[in-house]
Amino acid sequence: MTVVDTIKDTDARTLTVVTELDAPPERVWRLWSDAGQLSRWWGPPSWPATFTAHDLTPGGGSKYHMTGPDGTEAHGWWRVLATDEPRSLEVEDGFADADGNPDDSLPVTTMHVDLAPVDGGTRMTITSRFASAEALEQVLGMGMAEGMREAIGQIPALLAEG
Amino acid sequence: MVVRQLDPAEVDRVFAALADATRRDIVTRVLRREASVSTLARSYEMSFAAVQKHVAVLERAHLVTKQRHGREQVVHPDVATIRAAARLLDHYEELWRGRIDRMSEVLGDTREGDAP
Repeated sequence: MTVVDTIKDTDARTLTVVTELDAPPERVWRLWSDAGQLSRWWGPPSWPATFTAHDLTPGGGSKYHMTGPDGTEAHGWWRVLATDEPRSLEVEDGFADADGNPDDSLPVTTMHVDLAPVDGGTRMTITSRFASAEALEQVLGMGMAEGMREAIGQIPALLAEG
Repeated sequence: MVVRQLDPAEVDRVFAALADATRRDIVTRVLRREASVSTLARSYEMSFAAVQKHVAVLERAHLVTKQRHGREQVVHPDVATIRAAARLLDHYEELWRGRIDRMSEVLGDTREGDAP
């Protein structure tokens, strides 16, 4: 696995991650289409995900929750906008309440996934687009990312200077 | 250096404070060298009052502190909060990298790989 590139575009409100996986697109597709496989990678180890409903066809959708170390459950949903098996898919990802009903007060992210065959493997490009500049700035802090990285990068030298 | 945790309200304030390019620039500047509000104000094409407002937003987010030095108000960075915020950012950046690592694990699992 190699993360080839990450691109942040504040104006377009997107975060793009490009990676190369050692399996053909047909196999990589199942990472997304199979609820069991998806559940294994979507949530971080401390907050594993469980997809309780999953239908990766246009107009379909998913329900999932992630379970924290203390048993707290965070609920989410997907709405499938478009699929072109095994080359691309586009879904909306949002938050839900404890009953799994979408919470409209929290931002929705649109993910576009592109799977291109390369040398027996797959180049996967995931573009996450945020509903508003505010959602981008406040929820993922992209705007602060560059400034912060610049600021943080200087700390060791600044501290050394006393 | 103690790295402190931010509570959710603090996170909101920090993110909102840093969503503005001028305020990010102020943080970067005072990290390099503490500066008075009037010195900062000369660096930007805006009024003293506007820069003072930006500094106040950063102060409420605990990203900077202000100390009176004679007639001047000197702005210092609050390194503990800046570090805590940076750790959060790292967390976001790592989210997709973590997912991709786990995807590779699933792909490497031949039983899953052979599944229809």
